[in-house]
Amino acid sequence: MSERIYTVVPAPRREAIRSMAKRGERVDGRKPEEYREVKLEVGMAGNADGSAKVSLGHTKVIAGVKVSLGQPFPDAPNAGVQIVHAELIPLASPIFEPGPPDENDVELARVIDRGLRSAPALKLEELVVVPGKQVWRVFVDIYPIDHDGNFIDASGLAAMGALLSAKIPKTVVTPDGAVAKTEEKVPLPIADIPVFVTIAKIGDVLVVDPCYEEELVMDARITFALTKDDRVCAIQKGGRGSFTPEEIERALDMALSVAPRLRAALENLRQSGGASPP
Amino acid sequence: MTGASGIKLLTEDGRRLDGRALNEIRRCRIEAGVLKNADGSAYIELGRNKIIVAVYGPREVHPRHEALPDRMLLRCRYSMLPFSVADERKSPAPTRREVEISKVIREALEPAIFLEEFPRTSVDVYIEVIEADGSTRVASITAAAVALADAGIPMKDLVAGVSIGKIEGKLAVDLSGIEDQYGEGDMPIAMMPRLGEITLMQADGRFTREEIVQALKMAREAILKLYEEQKRALKERYSMVLATELGEER
Repeated sequence: MSERIYTVVPAPRREAIRSMAKRGERVDGRKPEEYREVKLEVGMAGNADGSAKVSLGHTKVIAGVKVSLGQPFPDAPNAGVQIVHAELIPLASPIFEPGPPDENDVELARVIDRGLRSAPALKLEELVVVPGKQVWRVFVDIYPIDHDGNFIDASGLAAMGALLSAKIPKTVVTPDGAVAKTEEKVPLPIADIPVFVTIAKIGDVLVVDPCYEEELVMDARITFALTKDDRVCAIQKGGRGSFTPEEIERALDMALSVAPRLRAALENLRQSGGASPP
Repeated sequence: MTGASGIKLLTEDGRRLDGRALNEIRRCRIEAGVLKNADGSAYIELGRNKIIVAVYGPREVHPRHEALPDRMLLRCRYSMLPFSVADERKSPAPTRREVEISKVIREALEPAIFLEEFPRTSVDVYIEVIEADGSTRVASITAAAVALADAGIPMKDLVAGVSIGKIEGKLAVDLSGIEDQYGEGDMPIAMMPRLGEITLMQADGRFTREEIVQALKMAREAILKLYEEQKRALKERYSMVLATELGEER
């Protein structure tokens, strides 16, 4: 595995991958529209309020949810707070360096945040304890731990899995206005289950769920976050290349066709003892 | 921000708060070559947005280890001045938003540049927002492409951008600050106008497939208008350069 990790693809290899793409073949034997196997488990981080680990082929991402009571944002006094953070840690790949978050960490976190917020994944208005004063602040922390491409989709699944599995203390407001947490735990109020689907463009071929080597040779990528009713709740184009409008449409159709399968993985989770129905 | 905001963004006759039709962009004016020290520069006014862009390079890369053996290193820094925002002073330190926008602007410009023409060099694009009123990232791209052309960087096309938003359930071109804040979605799009290829696309809010297809069409129309202004600015700049040079010869 480790011998495959380089940051510049040798020109012959690059050409091989690109000409394979033209024939509808991929380095790992998949078809262009074929997504890798998704494995999802929850609850491995016992001290977190919710946690999930996702495998997408060799790509692995863990996400944890921690909640705390705090003040709402001044411009949204009657809504809970959602904060997404992601860090590409050196544990996951030799291409990641220790240090403060760079543009890749920030982009990953912000794309996931937008998808969850626009869907919306959380009913933020139900996370208010004392209007204007005390709300639940929900922190979603995303950590890729093994890198074989497509961190956005894997991070989205991990974040959503962690939110669906989360249990937070029930609160009571005492007559003198103080907030107390009880022993009873309740699931987070979930409104929708958005999933993220990334499509890479290699030459003029579109492939879904790119692996690391494909990301190295791709011209560009585009990610769609999709809600249960097939609304697009976030888009992010990345990479040095461009898309024609027709390619954007085709990529969106590919995303729409794999989204139900990804969502099913999250919904199965919920049936096996996760959160409440939305 | 999604959901009903309770703020009316459309009047009874279907016009927007500033009187525009849904497919109408704000008044746009671009000037090329506005700075002495930069190798290329541009200034854009889009409605109340005021943005200045400087391009330095191609030049030696610092730090040197960042140099690329096979192409130019393009770097972009999008930055909002502390007093450029309508609400309280923005801290001068780069925010997470600015870090992400700097990245997507770079990736919006790269497809248009012949990067491989200048290996082991860097081109730095510095963007400063003086006054912000919605759609600053796409206005920055429109100006940055002119600044790159002004610097003489070889390009296959210019790049221009516009935001498509959703206000009261309808798609609208070129969102203003208030429409961005209270509308139901924002989809910034940048294209190479002549080639018709998309180099930046982002979105928040909720859109159907049909709305996205429609948004791409509306964006292309608006971008072709911005393209005319970009070309006008560059022609004006070079007719001035030419006039000066002819004057010196005489």
